[in-house]
Amino acid sequence: MTTRDIVFVVVGVITALSGLLAVSTRHVVHAALWLLVCLGSLAGCYIVLGQELVGIVQLLVYVGAIVVLVLFALMLTRAPIGPQPDIDAPVWQRVVAALLGAATTALVAAATLPVIGQQSVDLDTPVVTTQQIASAIFGTWVWPFELLSVLLLVALVGAFAVSRVVLARRSRS
Amino acid sequence: MSGLTWLEVVLRAVAVLAAFLVLPLLVGQTEHKVMAHMQGRLGPMYAGGFHGWAQLLADGIKFVQKEDVVPARADRSAFRLAPGVALVPYLVALAVIPLAPGVVGAKVDASALLVLAVIGVGIIGTLMAGWASANKYSLLGAMRAAAQLVSYELPMVLVVASVALAAGTLSLVGIAQAWTPWWLLWQLPGALVFFVAGLAELQRVPFDMPVADSEIVFGPYTEYTGLRFAFFLLAEYAGIVVMALLFAVLFLGGWAGPWAATVGWLWTLLKGLVLAVVVIWFRVSWPRLREDQLQRLAWVWLVPIALLQLAVTAVGVVMMR
Repeated sequence: MTTRDIVFVVVGVITALSGLLAVSTRHVVHAALWLLVCLGSLAGCYIVLGQELVGIVQLLVYVGAIVVLVLFALMLTRAPIGPQPDIDAPVWQRVVAALLGAATTALVAAATLPVIGQQSVDLDTPVVTTQQIASAIFGTWVWPFELLSVLLLVALVGAFAVSRVVLARRSRS
Repeated sequence: MSGLTWLEVVLRAVAVLAAFLVLPLLVGQTEHKVMAHMQGRLGPMYAGGFHGWAQLLADGIKFVQKEDVVPARADRSAFRLAPGVALVPYLVALAVIPLAPGVVGAKVDASALLVLAVIGVGIIGTLMAGWASANKYSLLGAMRAAAQLVSYELPMVLVVASVALAAGTLSLVGIAQAWTPWWLLWQLPGALVFFVAGLAELQRVPFDMPVADSEIVFGPYTEYTGLRFAFFLLAEYAGIVVMALLFAVLFLGGWAGPWAATVGWLWTLLKGLVLAVVVIWFRVSWPRLREDQLQRLAWVWLVPIALLQLAVTAVGVVMMR
């Protein structure tokens, strides 16, 4: 076990536990905060694996923007302090969720486990730099990238249109 | 972090921590004195003897002695954790901002991006503080802070992207090395946008609606006492240090200047200090904006200017290649 292995295990366990807490806690805001810990330590996982840029982007997008928006929306609408029994899921939902989670885990494991041990990368001398990621995104993968940005744009315009339609209807009635 | 011995890592961490504890105090003391003189008064004069230089240390000792109060209806764990969450991101940011090519806490490939990412995390401390206090004024302040940060993060990221584009790298060291005096004109709109957005992210006057004392007491920090309150203050001054140094490195060439090879780090600090004084100057001379004026400024002015700057930079980079 190298130091890197130990750090990876620690960060991975934190990610898994905080993810579990995010779905099992009965405090709404605590759930969002645990999600924050989960996504943040996932960024830690990427950095331990030598992918600095991916880790930083994870931090910028998920922790700095998405969870902040989640917290903002929660606090703006309804976020009482203390546990809320009414957000408890019924038993059948828990069973279905556990089944779906297990199925996804099995799928990912089936795809990744056979590959383990076939390839090894020397993480102490990183080979993938920021520039290489950039030229890959804007070279090989430029069309999927552009398609995704169009998708986001459509979603943005759609959200705007929906809110305008609702507002217009309200003002008419 | 390959090639570093454990001793070196520890020494670097201690140096960054020392800078993190000393520089904000320096800015705080400057604020006391500069504000006082701009308003025709003396400021603190007794603590420590010469012009009250030890006032902030005395303040610190006072804060340590105060009782640590947690409101009865508050969410205890989130309330206690919030000052730390607000403070640590600035420590991380300070660790990757270079003072000179070799004088940097940790060498990171995409350090400009990392600084932006961790500064955005700091807002979560304010949100936690405002929500966990179980006080409507605190919650209102936290809402204002979050709305402000979400609006001003976008122009800030855009102008940093413009500078990174001009330099062809995301590393702060690389950006400062690629800097030429010509950038002062070429990147001027971006620099102005960065400065305004930085002020807004720091919640400094004229963008201090989250802590507007005449409307919502002290916003998210209303219920805090003692050391935890002092941590929020430290976070604010550390934020000024981070923004000022970042501005110096991105738009003023950092260590560029006479004898840059030997005293370059001093140039960066000096440029940062001048910018910190400008931040203080704004506090003395501007009234507070209204919440809707703030959002209007961000979306109607800053975002279009930042986008325009990005386009101008792109054209410039292609033309000069």
